[in-house]
Amino acid sequence: MTWDWEFAFEVFPDIISAIGITIGATVAAYFISLTLGLVLTLLRRSSFKPLSLLIAGVIEFIRMTPPLVQLFFVYFAFDMSPFVTGAIVLGVHYATYVSEVYRSGIEAVPSSQWEASKALNFSRAQTWQKVVLPQAIPPVIPMLGNYLIVLFKETPLLSGIYVLEMLAVAQQIGSDTYRFLEPVTIVGFLFLVLSYPSALFIRYLEKRSGKLPGSAEKGVKT
Amino acid sequence: MFTNIGEFLPFILQGLTITVQAFLFGAALAYSIAIVAGLARTSKLAIVRVIATIFVELFRGTSLLVQMFFFAFVFPSLAPFTISTFLAGGLALGFNYGAYASEVVRGAVLAVPEGQKEAAISLNMSNFQRMRLVILPQAFRIMLPGIGNNSIELLKGTSLVYFISLADMTYRADILRGANTALSDQVEIYTYLLFTYFVIALPLVFLTRWLEKQASKGVSTA
Repeated sequence: MTWDWEFAFEVFPDIISAIGITIGATVAAYFISLTLGLVLTLLRRSSFKPLSLLIAGVIEFIRMTPPLVQLFFVYFAFDMSPFVTGAIVLGVHYATYVSEVYRSGIEAVPSSQWEASKALNFSRAQTWQKVVLPQAIPPVIPMLGNYLIVLFKETPLLSGIYVLEMLAVAQQIGSDTYRFLEPVTIVGFLFLVLSYPSALFIRYLEKRSGKLPGSAEKGVKT
Repeated sequence: MFTNIGEFLPFILQGLTITVQAFLFGAALAYSIAIVAGLARTSKLAIVRVIATIFVELFRGTSLLVQMFFFAFVFPSLAPFTISTFLAGGLALGFNYGAYASEVVRGAVLAVPEGQKEAAISLNMSNFQRMRLVILPQAFRIMLPGIGNNSIELLKGTSLVYFISLADMTYRADILRGANTALSDQVEIYTYLLFTYFVIALPLVFLTRWLEKQASKGVSTA
């Protein structure tokens, strides 16, 4: 089989029209990851031991089981639309990764900052809001941005629960026409075109801000 | 609920062989590629660096599932020979995670202090001796956490072979779900599946921690 440009041009509009679903799912899942990730980090640092242990256990469990299986679990257990299911599951899965990023940022804030806040009679909430988080988050922004790209590349999994994102559309075309070469290559190309420049930008930010000590290993995919 | 364990769990576990085989094949290929590509990216020869970089960015920039579809559905129509579905899945897993792991190898080699290289040169070691006796043993220790994380990601990634109809645990669970349509049965099936993946991942976590501990013995700076 050789590459057929005519066929490629014919299927391209169908595939590109699904990019909205892909990007929509990515952004929704990313929003969930960023918020839930911070909540998980704070809960894990709770001084109430049973709570912090429970959160740590839940995070480990989610991190160590495949997102695809989690998708199936939620899809069949709850009565939600495929898109909502997909965004929530990917969002929660990567929230556990994002919480590691926040944690590394928070741990890099020197303990003297906490002591100074105490000396100034700041409440705990004030210390977090006004002292710790403003110093913890900016250095980890590149690593947080990286998870946007990771999530983007995870969205093809949603085709497993019948979300019509790009790869699902390509597969549909492939099984209808018995030509997979063009549709699958186009999807791969679109992923590369969107993710590679973003990755370069993130690496540039990373280089500029300088790496955090001890934070490089935990973010598995970079 | 949770009364069919005697029926469901053995049925799912029949897919364990495929899951483990896909993991082992993927890991063997991924880590071979990681070492070759990782070292190639630190090469003095520009052409070697460029080829390795293209390979790595190509497999990092497109999605794993897209690559799996490519090997399973497109490759057979291009190549004059056929490859089995297992090989298609294994190649996608190995290439994709190999590309990610090559970054770990590269990072570790670059993290070995420059003075070590200079010392090796002053001792009149050949390039090969320097790598084998000085740089790699130290880089290996730095790699371990990253490689360990990568292995867990790879294990989770094996669930994607479900999409190319390879009868792994996820695929078997899907068959089971097709035959048991009651909501409680479906929740039960995927609960068992999640816990099975978790239980398989645990030894990997402990193995990584143990290796890290072993490798840090007798080293003054962690």
